[in-house]
Amino acid sequence: MLKFGVTLTEEQNLIYETAKQFGIDRLKPNAEAWDAEKKFPADVLSQLGELGLMGICIPMKHGGAEADTLSYVLALQALAESCASTAVTVAVCNLTANVLNQFGNEAQKEKWLDPLVQGKLGAGSFCLSEPHCGSDAAALKTTAVEDGDEFVINGSKQWITNGSYAGIHLVFAVTDAEKGARGISCFAVEKDTPGLIIGPEERKMGLRASNTVPLIFENCRVPAANLIGERGGGYGIALANLDGGRIGIAAQCLGIGEAAIQAGVQYACEREVFKKRVADFQASQIAIADSRAELDQAWLLTLKAAVLRDRNGRSSMESSMAKLFASEACNKIVDRMLQLHGGYGYVADFPIERYYRDARVTRIYEGTSEVQRIVIAREVIKAFENH
Amino acid sequence: MFELSETHQMLRDTCRDFADRELAPVAADLDRNHQYPQAQIKQLAELGLMSVAVDEQWGGSGLDNLAYAIAMEEISRGCASTGVVMSVNNSLYCDPVSKKATDAQKEEFLRPFASGEKLGCFALTEPGNGSDAGAASTTAILDGDEWVINGTKSWITNGYEADATIVFATTDKSLKHRGISAFLVPMPTPGLSLGKKEDKLGIRASSTCNLIFEDCRIPKTNLLGEAGEGFKIAMMTLDGGRIGIAAQALGIAQAAFEAAVAYSQERQAFGGPISNLQAIQFKLADMATKIEGARLLTWRAAQMKDRGVRYTKEAAMAKLVASETATHVAHQAIQVFGGNGYVTEYPVERHYRDARITEIYEGTSEIQRIVIASNVIKELVT
Repeated sequence: MLKFGVTLTEEQNLIYETAKQFGIDRLKPNAEAWDAEKKFPADVLSQLGELGLMGICIPMKHGGAEADTLSYVLALQALAESCASTAVTVAVCNLTANVLNQFGNEAQKEKWLDPLVQGKLGAGSFCLSEPHCGSDAAALKTTAVEDGDEFVINGSKQWITNGSYAGIHLVFAVTDAEKGARGISCFAVEKDTPGLIIGPEERKMGLRASNTVPLIFENCRVPAANLIGERGGGYGIALANLDGGRIGIAAQCLGIGEAAIQAGVQYACEREVFKKRVADFQASQIAIADSRAELDQAWLLTLKAAVLRDRNGRSSMESSMAKLFASEACNKIVDRMLQLHGGYGYVADFPIERYYRDARVTRIYEGTSEVQRIVIAREVIKAFENH
Repeated sequence: MFELSETHQMLRDTCRDFADRELAPVAADLDRNHQYPQAQIKQLAELGLMSVAVDEQWGGSGLDNLAYAIAMEEISRGCASTGVVMSVNNSLYCDPVSKKATDAQKEEFLRPFASGEKLGCFALTEPGNGSDAGAASTTAILDGDEWVINGTKSWITNGYEADATIVFATTDKSLKHRGISAFLVPMPTPGLSLGKKEDKLGIRASSTCNLIFEDCRIPKTNLLGEAGEGFKIAMMTLDGGRIGIAAQALGIAQAAFEAAVAYSQERQAFGGPISNLQAIQFKLADMATKIEGARLLTWRAAQMKDRGVRYTKEAAMAKLVASETATHVAHQAIQVFGGNGYVTEYPVERHYRDARITEIYEGTSEIQRIVIASNVIKELVT
């Protein structure tokens, strides 16, 4: 099966088509209203669970689709094409499921992974960033102190996607301060746990149908059995999922970019000026050609990162390249396609206005473009030194 | 295509090793002296690189177009001039001859060219028209058993060294681009003379000149394909040629990038190597990312050609992005080198000059954008 010049397996294609159809049927018709009303599409999660899209890389016995990272890219891209907010919601649910699947014990999996993946637990959240640290994850201030057979968590987490709607939060906190990065541990915190306070929803520029809140932990007690993986293994868990997270955002960019190109080309073919279609002017054609070429590059870089991640376990440089290139390309594309719309691009009557707002955060979250460049440069220099 | 097969990997290593040993050390001298790389091309022939994707039956290496793209990049990384000589023989000469020639024509016009014993060139562009190939003014008139060709072709790479050319000429003006035919012309031939060797900004070790046809007579049997099929052959050939130029551009970009990384580790400023500075790190990161993206586009186009699906849009994207990546990366590499980047003691000023042509020949960046946009609009709006 050849898609955009790349050979896909039957299964990969099926996941793409499934997600795409779901987007067209269930997301696209509502995306504008959800954005305007800042409405989190909670009921969509259970439907996505039935399709296996809440745990794309999770084994079938837990309710997942047991697919590879490339399929994950295709699914998120397809969802983002219809609604970028839903795509990021789903990306974080999958991230949560991946951590539980990879690092959780059998009891933990049964308790949280299965219902999460099946869409019965609500969303999942991944609580790493804090008000004063994002990409510098080793500087965490939130603490978890052992007290009998419980841990007591104190601190605040910032920019938590799905925070208000998550049935399960994965919280990173310092258990052994003297050990630095090796003193960070990961805990599962169920919703409504006393001491877990959901802060006010952020008023975001875009992705308004996704939920972003701060979480405050005030003597929040969780059973010791909620420790995910080893004590002190939290930083490793966060690192192990960096690649997947970045690949996911790259995929989201692919979807936003695709939707923007479609909207721009369609408008340029309908709108007339100086007795010609906007699309008949070379100035428009150049904008379209550059956008298509950049998005195809982003698509290939993202697929490559996904393939290498599956094959080698890690793909740190490739994931950063994919995320950097896809997010920068996506932002340029929405800008060019908005420009093709003229004044109509600036108002919410046309979806390009939303795509433009949705795109902006992709250069920031899961590591800013600047952080991606630091990662890439480090790998480039390392490769040279080893040569 | 995200991970190379063993065959492709081996080819890559072989070409890379050859480029490091035989091309990179002499590239600056070849450039300075405008000297055709005779000995190096002979070595390329021995490695089977003068017709990578032509059937073994006709003296080619019988590999696929992905292999061709990989080999082109590695050779151009060592010497971009050698790369373009190789590209013209592979994509612009052997490829259309292998697809359109009769077996009898192939004996004369393919076998020795595929083996690298002889060299081919491709004469489409004229002084008054380039990408607007339908406007060709060179004519070919049938006179008994011969075609008589008149007109001038310009910017012909390999013109001085070539042993044959494919030339495009109008056989029926009333049919416009459907009246253009392709011919095989041995070189030298009476009535075909060479213009002066162009004095170029870059790729100086390859020759570029006009081919001037004055009552040049060739046998009737030298028609390539059908009469009137020339425009189609030219367009088909250029699609493949763009993969070659994209790969050449990648090689130039890769060479400039590697030079910049190495220099950034050596050069000290503010108490350490300049690679410690974010301003330099960000350049290196952007270069690496763009090159990788351009490479994937190029390999995708090559693989689509191998699969026999239409790849016009993808070849245009590969050529556009790879050539603009090459000029961007070479520019930034000079920036990393500072003043040292501006002098010929270091290779990056040559990479900068060599890169520049890749945005122009085989269709300018502007032409690639028009090709891409028309395809995208066709796909999305029906």
